[in-house]
Amino acid sequence: MDNILSIVLVIPAIAALILLIFLRGEDAAAQRNAKMVALFATTITFLVSIGIYTGFDPENTGFQMVEEHAWLMGLKYKVGVDGISVLFVLLTTFIMPLTILASWAVTDRVKEYMIAFLLLETLMLGVFMALDLVLFYLFFEAGLIPMFLIIGIWGGKERIYASFKFFLYTFLGSVLMLVAMVAMYADAQTTDIVTLMGHQFSSESFSVLGIYIVGGMQTLMFLAFFASFAVKMPMWPVHTWLPDAHVQAPTAGSVVLAAILLKMGGYGFLRFSLPMFPVGSEVMTPLVLWMSAIAVVYTSLVALVQEDMKKLIAYSSVAHMGFVTMGIFAANQQGVDGAIFQMLSHGFISAALFLCVGVIYDRMHTRDIEAYGGLVNRMPAYALVFMLFTMANVGLPGTSGFIGEFLTLMGAFQVNTWVTAVAATGVIFSAAYALWLYRRVVFGDLIKESLKSIRDMNSRERLIFAPLIAMTLLLGVYPSLVTDVIGPSTTALISNYDTALAAAEAANQFAAN
Amino acid sequence: MIQADLTVILPEIVLAVYAMAALIGAVYTRKDALGPLLVWTTAGLMAALAMWIAAQPNATQVAFNGMFINDGFARFAKVAVLLSAAVILVMSQDYMSRRGLLRFEYPLLIALAAVGMMMMVSAGDLMSLYMGLELQSLSLYVVAALRRDSAKSTEAGLKYFVLGALSSGLLLYGASLVYGFAGTTLFTGIIQTATHGEMSLGMLFGLIFLISGLAFKVSAVPFHMWTPDVYEGSPTPITAFFATAPKVAAMALFARVMHDAFGGAVSDWQQVIILISVLSMFLGAIAAIGQRNIKRLMAFSSIAHMGYGLIGLAAGTEMGIKAMLMYLAIYVTMNVGTFAFILMMERDGQPVTDIDALRQYSRREPAKALAVLILMFSLAGVPPMLGFFAKFGVWQAGISADLFGLVIASAIASVIGAFYYLRIVFYMYFGAENEDQLDTNSSPVLWGALMASAALMIVGVFYQFGVEGAAAAAAATLVN
Repeated sequence: MDNILSIVLVIPAIAALILLIFLRGEDAAAQRNAKMVALFATTITFLVSIGIYTGFDPENTGFQMVEEHAWLMGLKYKVGVDGISVLFVLLTTFIMPLTILASWAVTDRVKEYMIAFLLLETLMLGVFMALDLVLFYLFFEAGLIPMFLIIGIWGGKERIYASFKFFLYTFLGSVLMLVAMVAMYADAQTTDIVTLMGHQFSSESFSVLGIYIVGGMQTLMFLAFFASFAVKMPMWPVHTWLPDAHVQAPTAGSVVLAAILLKMGGYGFLRFSLPMFPVGSEVMTPLVLWMSAIAVVYTSLVALVQEDMKKLIAYSSVAHMGFVTMGIFAANQQGVDGAIFQMLSHGFISAALFLCVGVIYDRMHTRDIEAYGGLVNRMPAYALVFMLFTMANVGLPGTSGFIGEFLTLMGAFQVNTWVTAVAATGVIFSAAYALWLYRRVVFGDLIKESLKSIRDMNSRERLIFAPLIAMTLLLGVYPSLVTDVIGPSTTALISNYDTALAAAEAANQFAAN
Repeated sequence: MIQADLTVILPEIVLAVYAMAALIGAVYTRKDALGPLLVWTTAGLMAALAMWIAAQPNATQVAFNGMFINDGFARFAKVAVLLSAAVILVMSQDYMSRRGLLRFEYPLLIALAAVGMMMMVSAGDLMSLYMGLELQSLSLYVVAALRRDSAKSTEAGLKYFVLGALSSGLLLYGASLVYGFAGTTLFTGIIQTATHGEMSLGMLFGLIFLISGLAFKVSAVPFHMWTPDVYEGSPTPITAFFATAPKVAAMALFARVMHDAFGGAVSDWQQVIILISVLSMFLGAIAAIGQRNIKRLMAFSSIAHMGYGLIGLAAGTEMGIKAMLMYLAIYVTMNVGTFAFILMMERDGQPVTDIDALRQYSRREPAKALAVLILMFSLAGVPPMLGFFAKFGVWQAGISADLFGLVIASAIASVIGAFYYLRIVFYMYFGAENEDQLDTNSSPVLWGALMASAALMIVGVFYQFGVEGAAAAAAATLVN
């Protein structure tokens, strides 16, 4: 199948269209139909996307399964995957059926809810597949609309503030990226990502408004892209939208946000910043590394004092994303491999943690840690699942969380010892907040009157967790499942990066003489 | 000779003769009872003329010794003007007749305004420019005050007239200075004197006065003061008209004067356009935040959108003009849909303009709410809607003309502006329920216009019905 990527891309969108046009009514039957259609479509998408995995050749470091069609204004529809993006595509298709299952209890405007999620899936897949700059931006930005609606319509009490903050924060970052994209188009006369990767953007230093800019154009473009990706990641200090968005979003919204949307930032760094602006990246590396280290330590400390479970996990996400940026900007094999691994593993673990919160939120309608305690007495299965993912979040060897943290720290250590030393303390903090959360919620005596009749997980909930548990443990003991796929592509990425840096340095020295 | 000239301006003559004949005919016969009929015939005639003009061969025709130019650029603008005027006319029929506003003069004044606009975009001389501009403006002053028993409508008409007269004065003063220093009023003559570095101070003054007058017509900051009040006070269909056809005509005229008459001195007027463009974008974005009245909100929105359109003009290149024309075409399409919705906002038959009334609209009218959602995201410039491609085009032109500062400023303004479009979505989808709900009935014409416009925002991303090619050809004839 030559056009398998497009097929995967459009299945959710078609399902959304079918729901929009054909589903009428708000009664129980219509709601059930909406859920079934969405579940069916996302499952089919996942099954078809397995074909991408089996058809993918890891040894080929170029783009595979590429499709190209002319589009308007000289732009192109071009999609393809390489070792860096293919697993993100699979992560997305893997997580989406689980989020639909996790939304089974939704009763308000079910049809619109499912349409929003299905469209969101198409747009997220598009981000990871796009090989045209503007197409990428289109998907990247359009994803804001369904997410804005998901938070705003089905969110909690403060949903309006959270949805506006989410939208405007990310929109500001993105338009700056768009300006840089237009400038890239003007410079290279193409929006083709593959061609742009081979294009040398000027790195000659110059002054603007009295500020001397080392790395020139490349640094400015890097900063514009950084504005977008750093917000999306999110990196300290522009992470403040995330806790609000997470807390207010419905459970499934939080899962998608943590598991997939946050990965777009990291993916963007790997797809654009490092290959296209090597000099800019090099210039900004110390800053990014320190920002990552601060993020790890600071947000871990903030997580310690949270009283809302979702907020705590949101801050822990920011800390884990700190490891990712650290690994990416270490720009060596271990660092980049570790960053991708960490993103995938965080996709499973954070999704599971938010689902864990969702399980008890559905029963008690509160996320206050205070309101719980002693759940192990009545919910043994839940306690086991929650413990597993708490441990994975801490980075216990044997779970996927360990591999990612270890590789990124190893990569970063070769570049900057101090940053790594600071960031490594974050591992300890993460154990502190995660275990303390677990103790307060699950252990102790069941003294709260309201919890006396709480029921353990039902079979639907167990079904959601089963694949996540399997993936977390599988990647924990057999990481080469991932590293074999991404390895050759990251090797190529890094060697290109080093070559480009050397070339730019030589060129600038030549110019200076 | 004269016969050749007349064939060039035949569409204008047809429309003008029709308007005057219909005026006389209606006065001597059944007067206002003819209103609805005249609306449909006028709209039909304008649509037919648009088809005719669109089908004309792609060549530049000049009439009356260069005073009138019928080139690709003029044809593009004329088609946009005529089509949007026709659609707005048809949309307004139901609203106007239910409120007793459908006098027979209304469609004919719109037709005369359209003749003025067609003259404007074809002007090749300062005299014909002024003639077209005044014909348009005088018709618009009258329609703004069409609701004679409403203090607000009268105020709107008067305010528009007084400020419009002032701006015409500025424009005329500028024109006379330009004439004095160039020795001719023909654009082809002016361009020979107005070259960069050799322009005399008087000519420069004339240029600035001309720009001021034109900026008033496109309601660019700092000449925008009339816009919110006129938009709010006029009957809603008139507001819809103000927001569409005259904006296209004025922007096209602006581009025509800048390129045909002052094309040799781009760097002299570029900085002025950049300034008014930035000011318009920011004022439009910031001032609209506090607005509760959707008509005022759309007034500020149109100020901001003109700012974005001016980026294309500021670029001073063929690419810039193409982007500007695309921007205008997309802007008009979005506004037709939005105003179709505003015309539907009624409670017990009375028009409502408070955005508070939209609370939880999506529960009662999911289809219409979805269409408005698409339009709002498109107005905000969020992909994948067509509004994004409009902004993308002008930014592309701006960057390739090295206007980085302008483009970055407009990017920031677009984020601020996104807030109020989102707020409309917020009211419709997440707002708390309120007691007074809007009427749900609507005329099929308005419903169709809303849906068609929203659908175009999506379909246009895949297929643009040849508009892009036409805009490119139009830009090529203007800038050479």
